[in-house]
Amino acid sequence: MKHTMIYADHASTTALSPAALEAMLPYFTQGYGNPSSLYAFGQQAKSDLEEARGAVARCLNAKPEEIYFTSGGTEADNWALRGVAELAALRGREGGHIITTAIEHHAVLHTAQYLEKRGYQVTYLPVDGEGLVDPAAVEAAIRPDTILISVMAANNEIGTIQPIARIGAIAKAHKILFHTDAVQAVGHIPVDVEAWNVDLLSLSGHKFGGPKGVGVLYMKKPLRLPPLIHGGGQEKGRRSGTENVPGAVGLSAALTQAVDNLPAESARLVALRDQLLDGLSRLPYTRVTGSRTDRLPGTASFVFEGVEGEALLLHLDARGICASSGSACSSASLDPSHVLLAIGLPHAIAHGSLRLSLGPDNTQADVDAMLKEIPAVVHYLREMSPVWDREAQKPTWIV
Amino acid sequence: MLYSEKVMDHFEHPRNVGELADADGVGQVGNPKCGDIMKMYLKIDGDVITDVKFKTFGCGSAIATSSMATELIKGRTIGEAMGLTNAAVAEALDGLPGYKMHCSVLAEEAIKAALADYYKRQGKPVPDSLKLPCEDEEHGGCCACGH
Repeated sequence: MKHTMIYADHASTTALSPAALEAMLPYFTQGYGNPSSLYAFGQQAKSDLEEARGAVARCLNAKPEEIYFTSGGTEADNWALRGVAELAALRGREGGHIITTAIEHHAVLHTAQYLEKRGYQVTYLPVDGEGLVDPAAVEAAIRPDTILISVMAANNEIGTIQPIARIGAIAKAHKILFHTDAVQAVGHIPVDVEAWNVDLLSLSGHKFGGPKGVGVLYMKKPLRLPPLIHGGGQEKGRRSGTENVPGAVGLSAALTQAVDNLPAESARLVALRDQLLDGLSRLPYTRVTGSRTDRLPGTASFVFEGVEGEALLLHLDARGICASSGSACSSASLDPSHVLLAIGLPHAIAHGSLRLSLGPDNTQADVDAMLKEIPAVVHYLREMSPVWDREAQKPTWIV
Repeated sequence: MLYSEKVMDHFEHPRNVGELADADGVGQVGNPKCGDIMKMYLKIDGDVITDVKFKTFGCGSAIATSSMATELIKGRTIGEAMGLTNAAVAEALDGLPGYKMHCSVLAEEAIKAALADYYKRQGKPVPDSLKLPCEDEEHGGCCACGH
């Protein structure tokens, strides 16, 4: 029987928080004016937008004029990388060098690959077995023509938090622009653009209880990237398109709430997450992926040998549990996740990955149910797997 | 939904899961690297496949195609089983997403591998139609995903 849904995929997306919904609603039917209009009705929307911008800036220890609203994290990442590349070209430096990592989100990776096709050179730094980037390796990769370092703040699949402040200090010492994709970090761990020494930071509203379709690129003054989106000159001429006022207001309300609640909520999530990490890693031939110490509060991730991730997800779905996997079969690609391969997992084992990402709606009862259901599904799938030795309770393969 | 109701039915309630200790032919195809491995066990009496069991490591469609393939050949003659195509398995499941078609190829190949094993055990020459394109490769199995 299907019981109430347990949503354990908050790293994928979150429900709109009640505070964000309440803040947004008036802007659909009442305060719907265009912030660019001269009349008071439009100017009210403009001032509300600016208030939202100010609140977002406070949450990041930034200045309001450093906050640019975008359509989401992906646009922010695209803008950061392509904008820096174009800026370098405008300054007469074609085909510069970019340093990033092997475990970035595709919004960064595919943009870097796009730039490679256009003559830029990209270094994809490896990570260790826990998914950590070595700041010394970042420094060692710097070349005279390096125009940008882009390292994600926290990984979406394994939850590993990178030493961003240390990398930021290196970038600053070498006078190289530094971007961080902080989509998984903002609202979940303390983020301070000054302490981190970042020039550019991407975030996305729907990862912390804000609406989908709105994000932010933080751009440290006096850096002014050329626009990615051209048009009517909104966002100080940097990002055209009529402002998504309800989106910005909702993002701002959700972020303010997440940051206010962060110490208490992250302690609560860590306690729940650790029960999942400890409980499930006790299963034979099961390991936690990512770092145990430098880890997002809500993210628990695993690999189960002898089990394929998509089959695991479908069985969990039938039991009312929403989770995700970096297995090849859960996507149109036939290779398992680049992140799991980058932390050194063999293909065969990377196929058996599971990510549980907790959020405000998850309870102790949810964790108890997952600790009961997940081992049962893993056991069931192993029993029908030709690569699982039922007698010895271990995989038959040597990888 | 990603999958048809039939695929989900065969995934959630797979038919003929298990092993046959006294199988007359056993075939395994796939590769752990690709995330799909199927093993088929056949019990053959005269010309008729009297029992079939399978074990599969793989995604939802890999399990569903294995299950459906066993149903399609159980009680059939060797000749009928040899003629089973991956398209027929996919069709019996009301279709598969395009990028999952390789799972149905694997099901067809698992049956062929088990039949080939049966011929070998009988000391009979293996018909050409049962020879898999990459049978001699090091990984010992066939795989449509390029690894």
